[in-house]
Amino acid sequence: MENSVRIKIGLASCGIAAGGLDVLEKVENFLKEHDVDAQLDHTGCIGMCYAEVLMEIEDDEFGSTMYGYLNAADIDDILNAHFVEKKPLTEHIVFSDKLGGKEKEILDYQTRIVLRNCGVIDPESIDEYIERSGYEALQKVLKDMSPVDVIDEIKESGLRGRGGAGFPTGLKWQFAYNNSADKKYVICNADEGDPGAFMDRSVLEGDPHSVLEGMLIAAYAIGSDTGYIYCRAEYPLAVKRLRIAVEKAKEKGFLGSNIMGSDFNFDLTVYEGAGAFVCGEETALMCSIEGKRGMPTFRPPYPAESGLWGKPTNINNVETYSNVAWIIRNGAKKYAEFGTEKSKGTKVFALTGKIKNGGLVEVPMGMTLRDVIYKVGGGIIEDRKFKAVQLGGPSGGCIPESLLDTPVDYDSLTKTGAIMGSGGMVVMDDTTCMVDMARFFLNFTQNESCGKCTFCRIGTKRMLEILNRITQGKGESGDIEILEDLSRKIIKGSLCGLGQTAPNPVLTTIKYFRDEYEAHINDKTCPAGVCKDLIKYLIIEDKCIGCGACKRACPVDAITGEKKEVHTINQDICTKCGACMTACKFDAVKKL
Amino acid sequence: MVESDFDKIDAVLHEFEGRKGSLIPILQKTQAQLGFLSKEAMEYISGKTKIPVSEIYGVATFYTQFRMHPIGKNIIRICHGTACHVANARKISEALYEELKVEPGGTTKNLKFTVEEVACLGCCSLAPVIMINDKAYGRLTPSKIKDILAQY
Repeated sequence: MENSVRIKIGLASCGIAAGGLDVLEKVENFLKEHDVDAQLDHTGCIGMCYAEVLMEIEDDEFGSTMYGYLNAADIDDILNAHFVEKKPLTEHIVFSDKLGGKEKEILDYQTRIVLRNCGVIDPESIDEYIERSGYEALQKVLKDMSPVDVIDEIKESGLRGRGGAGFPTGLKWQFAYNNSADKKYVICNADEGDPGAFMDRSVLEGDPHSVLEGMLIAAYAIGSDTGYIYCRAEYPLAVKRLRIAVEKAKEKGFLGSNIMGSDFNFDLTVYEGAGAFVCGEETALMCSIEGKRGMPTFRPPYPAESGLWGKPTNINNVETYSNVAWIIRNGAKKYAEFGTEKSKGTKVFALTGKIKNGGLVEVPMGMTLRDVIYKVGGGIIEDRKFKAVQLGGPSGGCIPESLLDTPVDYDSLTKTGAIMGSGGMVVMDDTTCMVDMARFFLNFTQNESCGKCTFCRIGTKRMLEILNRITQGKGESGDIEILEDLSRKIIKGSLCGLGQTAPNPVLTTIKYFRDEYEAHINDKTCPAGVCKDLIKYLIIEDKCIGCGACKRACPVDAITGEKKEVHTINQDICTKCGACMTACKFDAVKKL
Repeated sequence: MVESDFDKIDAVLHEFEGRKGSLIPILQKTQAQLGFLSKEAMEYISGKTKIPVSEIYGVATFYTQFRMHPIGKNIIRICHGTACHVANARKISEALYEELKVEPGGTTKNLKFTVEEVACLGCCSLAPVIMINDKAYGRLTPSKIKDILAQY
């Protein structure tokens, strides 16, 4: 029986982490107790992560209503108001057809191509994917298009690799097509390792079939019959949903032999990564699939010529594949209407950090950073001052306020010294220390270096040592110059993207925030108040009433003082944890 | 290792018979069955697959997922990605180490929990985040830690 009432709850990893399963249980109980006839489904991530847990109710009465900021405790009241009293509570409405909710604007600024199904369909249902034109592109390709037609279409669309390098996708497919061999492979790089990035995870959890369909079309285009999706093990839900999608696609005859009755065969295996960031680099990824240590190899030869087990291989990122079916169905020209001249289409960004509306957004290329952060993102939390935005994770760079009007496209961003990257966008305010951020990223890349190249292996270690010294107040004159010199050498002396881009965060922070480095080195201060060795917590005499709250809160017993007398912090013992400041109700603890 | 352990490894190897490049999934499934990769387990796999032990050891030590020591019943992963770092993940780590009395990467004496710091769990909008086994907990503060641990 067709249900005219449908309830969808966002249950991707973010939704679950925010308590989505408890909400689901409460909803189930309510529906049972009140005998409400409704279809209850999970859906993926709609991208408004800051408002999780999200629940959408679709019914004849009110159309579509999206409730957000939900806890299990809110459910009974909300459902009662919606179904029993027919007077929905508006405080929790994020957006709706008939009941207001101004947050729709955030979606209006976006152009959702890659995320077209995320948050809309049940990702474990192939039928729902098909209902929204799923696998129609594959059908069109198998029936009416030759491999060359497909490649031309993708070339015309202007689609560039969304993994970060931005290489023209159609051209990449062409190279693999041109190389003849008895076996060719198609690989999806789902090893999204950049800290701060979760675009791919959302697509894999929310719309896995879009990736499968993209890979199928690529395989047809280049002449491959075997594919792998290399998904990082830290995404268990994504791996699970991918495996379900593969099974369901097989059942429908979209994978395996004689797909859709044609003579095109394609088998797909989901391969789990084992916890190595460097395996996001394509040659290391292929070594990993071959069962070896993930150590990058020389290019040329490029994978299109000699990749997995020496055969021509096409590797693309999750987001790249996700665009393919849409392009085939709607045409390259339509896709090329979005974006700029050299950067067509849209880009999904993971907006995080000190931003009000944190989450996933998909915007047309060419929108300025300012608009992404302030219009779509809602601006800085507590309306504090914007300091920088980090793009591209540990391979990327920091962009300061003066460059906020830079349009988001490959070339404009590269000019600033940063990169587009895979889409991680971490917003920082005046409470973030840029030297600490550089140290943070270098710590990460140093850990993840595979060790093959001397400059990457030892160079990043030396840079990290210098940055550690600087943040500990032991910086020396000449440190900045050494960092710059080492950076240039590491870039030159590294075989793969990890080493070649590891110095970027350091170089861009020195370029735009040199004064902060100088403050740390010359004045031994941390202007943002972050670096522990350079800050001090002090109790202000005039404000302290001697209540002892700080003394009790201190984990290392660094505070002394009698009741009703001014307390003092022993700077030698203090670990700068800040518990005293949090505990004090009289604003008597100051951070210098 | 006991006989049933060897049987478990045999079952894993059987699943991947004839499939080239399967060393990593073999090690993953072996670890899932036995909890960690012991020297004996790796030597046994080497004998059966004819892959040199040195190569297996090289692969096992390259990837952070593989453990060569027994781990706790529940694995806690503390996210130290960029967004979590900016949201003070350090405080959460300190609270956990304090509460469970372990070092980073260590296991509690009663083998209930293993705690490790990882680079990014991909739930950045809910920073700071930890994962216990497959469940993610977001929007954390040190005060919430005790209650979460009590669930296990």
